[in-house]
Amino acid sequence: MKLSKETHKELYLKMVQTRKFEETAARLFVEGKVHGTAHFCIGEEATGVGVCTSLEVEDYILQTHRGHNQGIGKNMDIKKMMAEFLGKETGYCKGKGGCMHIADFSVGSLGANGIVGGGIPLATGAALKQQYNKEDNITVVFFGDGATNEGSFHESLNLAATWKLPVLFVCTNNYYGMSTSTKKSMAIDDISIRAEGYGMKGIALDGNDVVNIYEETIKAKKYILENGPMLMVLNTYRWMGHSKSDAQIYRTKEEVAEWKEKCPIKRHRDFILKNKVMTEAELEAIEAQAAQDIKDAVAFAESSPEPKIENIFDDVYAD
Amino acid sequence: MRDITYAQAINEAMSEEMRLDKNLIFIGEDIGVYGGAFGVSKGMFEEFGPERVKDTPISEQVITGCAAGASMTGLKTIAEMMFSDFMTLAMDQLANQAAKNRFQFGGQGAVPMVLRAPGGSGTGAAEQHSQSLEAWVAHVPGLKVVIPSTPADAKGLLKASIRDNNPVVFLEQKLLYRQKGPVAEIGEDEIIPLGKADVKREGKDVTIITYGRMVPRSLKVAEDLAKEGIDVEVVDIRTLVPLDKEALIKSAKKTGKVLVVHEACQTGGFGGELVSVVVESDAFFYLDAPVKRLGGLDVPIPYNPNLEAQVVPTEEKITAAIKNLL
Repeated sequence: MKLSKETHKELYLKMVQTRKFEETAARLFVEGKVHGTAHFCIGEEATGVGVCTSLEVEDYILQTHRGHNQGIGKNMDIKKMMAEFLGKETGYCKGKGGCMHIADFSVGSLGANGIVGGGIPLATGAALKQQYNKEDNITVVFFGDGATNEGSFHESLNLAATWKLPVLFVCTNNYYGMSTSTKKSMAIDDISIRAEGYGMKGIALDGNDVVNIYEETIKAKKYILENGPMLMVLNTYRWMGHSKSDAQIYRTKEEVAEWKEKCPIKRHRDFILKNKVMTEAELEAIEAQAAQDIKDAVAFAESSPEPKIENIFDDVYAD
Repeated sequence: MRDITYAQAINEAMSEEMRLDKNLIFIGEDIGVYGGAFGVSKGMFEEFGPERVKDTPISEQVITGCAAGASMTGLKTIAEMMFSDFMTLAMDQLANQAAKNRFQFGGQGAVPMVLRAPGGSGTGAAEQHSQSLEAWVAHVPGLKVVIPSTPADAKGLLKASIRDNNPVVFLEQKLLYRQKGPVAEIGEDEIIPLGKADVKREGKDVTIITYGRMVPRSLKVAEDLAKEGIDVEVVDIRTLVPLDKEALIKSAKKTGKVLVVHEACQTGGFGGELVSVVVESDAFFYLDAPVKRLGGLDVPIPYNPNLEAQVVPTEEKITAAIKNLL
């Protein structure tokens, strides 16, 4: 499979947008413009962007708390994401959810989740609806390495395999559940082998190779629609702390530096130049566009109104 | 009208709604060929087939989450917990996911699902299969909570719950499953809206506010006390969320004396909420006595039948509590 120039452009733009979105968000914290917390996926951009860019709007995704790459990958509106991050009325959740609960049903994102593994059972339901209606689409649920130790993972993979539900279970393995290394939380090195216990296909991929992730997701979707669910483990690394309050005393600077060398954005950039997909000037133009998109998003968010307490009971219940 | 059981009424409600709405499916443990642990879904698998009546693995968390996910995306679902005690295994999906979905995403979606779950003691099922956990779920904004006390209410309220656009926890009463009562003919589509209490017996001397299995028990006490010249009003709240506060206040004003009765452990029970509704309202000025609660003892439900019977409000205890109020 050879990706078109347009696809490369889209993948690269979305990864750079994600990186700049989060760098900007981190700065807004320092400036005291945001309260609450955020979980950054810097270093993991290729996972969500690679998977989601290959999907159709009718394919559902369920995101994690560390899922800005997943949302941008699924074509969410960056302005509304930033507005939600700032808790504004114009945000995706009208300022009530924050960036742990960003969702856009109109592009097929059924929402990010603040509970580790909380979205996995919901994914079986979305996929059941697709199966019931005989749709040619799948549900993709993201979760981290830590979530594979939750009961929700076990129950959901077993049900999906038994009912042959069209679910792609995507584990973004960044090797840490907050401070706890996977070496201390599981007795296996390759999380994808867990699939076999459910009678399900499992694959492990380099989570920093956006091109390969994109291609493998297309293959996975075809496989899933013909055979049933699949577990895809994307091995990657979180450069930042777990959340904004993490002093990172549980890992070495050398380990972090080693992974920064494997930067997914730099890797894609090098690939593009080496294979003459785009020129340096074209790449710089994309980077400039991404920077402008984020700048516009911040301006939109900062100028947006605060939510009103008068509306606090809205949406507790549906009519 | 004909007399059918509470279990049959629930079966009819589900079956009628499934005939009306092809997007309605039903999932749970042993609900298919087996017909449900209490026989409630007998015949449904045969009528609607395996695509719509789906036996699940013993996995309460994913039963609940699967129902919520399907309901978020366009189906409507009924999910059955074999015992309401097993909601403990499903709490994240119920309280963090289904209940908060709409609010936390700014009103983008809705979760039209019903979680049916039988509760209550009296069957010798002991500590882990006999609880009354309605206060837990009534405490979570985003959930609606229903507990029917008669076959007609069970049918009408379940039909309303299925048509509701929100997650509804429908708590059935195990000991009422075999009780018969008059119910409208099949297909007459009698709906009982959520949030409407029902005065099951009019009276002028004292009000019992109650729900679920304690309704027939309170009615029995009322009939016995009538022979002594004590005229008891019995108000069945039927839905805890939304709660028909007006009905409670109205009855309290009428009689001036209120006893709240429920089977669940008294401390932290929903009875405290019902008392508050009365005493915080202008009914306070009509009261001739303190509003009293009679809940279950603050103990797990024991196995021995004599012990089991004594840890929840008995006819004797309700009678004594009424007499203390007069």
